[in-house]
Amino acid sequence: MLGVLIQLGSVTLTRLAALGRAAFFVGQVLALVVAPPLKGRLIVQQMHFIGARSVLVIALTGVFAGMVLGLQGFHVLTRFGSEALLGQFVSLTLITELGPVFSALMVTARAGSAITAQIGIMRISEQLDAMTVMALNPLRYVAVPNVVAGTLVMPLLGAMFSVIGIYGGYVAGGLILGVNRGTYFGGIADVVDLQDVTNGACKSLCFGLVVLLVCCFKGYHAGYGAEGVSKATTEAVVISAVLILVLDYFLNTVLL
Amino acid sequence: MTSVAPPAPDPPVIRAQGLYKRFGEQMVLRGVDLDVMPGEVLAIVGRSGAGKSVLLKNLIGLLHPDAGAVLVAGEDLHRARGRRLSRLRERFGMLFQGGALFDSLSVADNVAFPLREKTRQSATQIAAAVSEMLGSVGLQGMDGKFPAELSGGMRKRAALARALAHRPEIMLFDEPTTGLDPIMVRAIHRLIADTQQRFQYTAVVVSHEVPGIFEIAARVAMLHEGELLEVAAPDAFQASANPVVQQFIAGRLEGPLTPT
Repeated sequence: MLGVLIQLGSVTLTRLAALGRAAFFVGQVLALVVAPPLKGRLIVQQMHFIGARSVLVIALTGVFAGMVLGLQGFHVLTRFGSEALLGQFVSLTLITELGPVFSALMVTARAGSAITAQIGIMRISEQLDAMTVMALNPLRYVAVPNVVAGTLVMPLLGAMFSVIGIYGGYVAGGLILGVNRGTYFGGIADVVDLQDVTNGACKSLCFGLVVLLVCCFKGYHAGYGAEGVSKATTEAVVISAVLILVLDYFLNTVLL
Repeated sequence: MTSVAPPAPDPPVIRAQGLYKRFGEQMVLRGVDLDVMPGEVLAIVGRSGAGKSVLLKNLIGLLHPDAGAVLVAGEDLHRARGRRLSRLRERFGMLFQGGALFDSLSVADNVAFPLREKTRQSATQIAAAVSEMLGSVGLQGMDGKFPAELSGGMRKRAALARALAHRPEIMLFDEPTTGLDPIMVRAIHRLIADTQQRFQYTAVVVSHEVPGIFEIAARVAMLHEGELLEVAAPDAFQASANPVVQQFIAGRLEGPLTPT
């Protein structure tokens, strides 16, 4: 009995310590974001890495997600004789939901994992310690630029995903299945209002912040050796993906 | 007749007082007391896993002791925060075991990094300083190379140039010759001695290289099972009556130390 209690206490303490470390990390990074000097060149460099270099994968997944929505939407709406609403269905689904969520998942897989691995390697090869010895705060160089860049580019990537997806939906629903072009795009203009767009952008912003904080944290606290970096990278991707979906639910309850 | 008091000895640059450090169940440092005097080269030797690197990282604040204090010029390093801590750290330079060069930057950018980030020097002044530092470690013309393109010895030299760029008062060397051939080991030792003469820094060198390290050290300290077993000038150290010290210097299998 005592052994079980000791085990339970030990696990609880370990978890609490990890949570405390994470909270301290987030606090430090956010404090550095508002405390100059920001490393502008590094931020632009990371915007290119996280944003510009994700465009292809965002376009590819966006067009196929839109085509699937167009195809499925057409078949479901046809049952109710409402295929004219296909444009509204595809656009609202993408702008408020799938665009922000899918683009965040794609950025996690492409850029987030790479960032965790890179920071993790800097940790195990003592490059972060070298900065500390130079009386520099490593977070300013490896975490802040990524978090700022990721938060800024994620709404753009989410919007790009949605726009490309809407055209993908037209390819499947309009060009292949025959929904009239005017009906498809006219419906979008009628039903999508500014709040839907800002809600989507707001979600992307939150996802960008959370994903990059998680990925930087996991890399910064990577364990020893190649195994430590690989474990940190896996955990960063899994935790980010789970947090995106959990956060999506709670943001929906607030925004809708 | 009046007696003249002898001049007071200089206070130590670093004073470690009763350092204890534990990792889980393993006690790595057990009450280490050590004074590092200004301008000396102090070598810390000992077996692998004796806690030498842990001691070194405690001296610069990369690890924090469970008990004890590290005083740098009289100030407690582990209690200092913010600007005070930065000012204390700026006195140090450190050469890491693997060099710890930033692998995304060229050699020149690595050496320039602390100058760009910590000083207000112009680009021209920084370029001149980088060139001078690379010259002083024998890496002229290697400015554009990346760490992955360098040999082990060249990486150590480049890392030394980076560590010396801001002219630190205290240099810490964490096994600077690990993984190098005997000639390169000697060359790195010579480089440490030359740069120490030139830049007048105080050096703490963690090393396995016995007896090679005796050539450049003013004092040698042996760490064994978390305690300092012997601290003496190289000659006195080599003449030590302690069987552990003698076995370590001779590298014998027989004796109180067992190859575990």
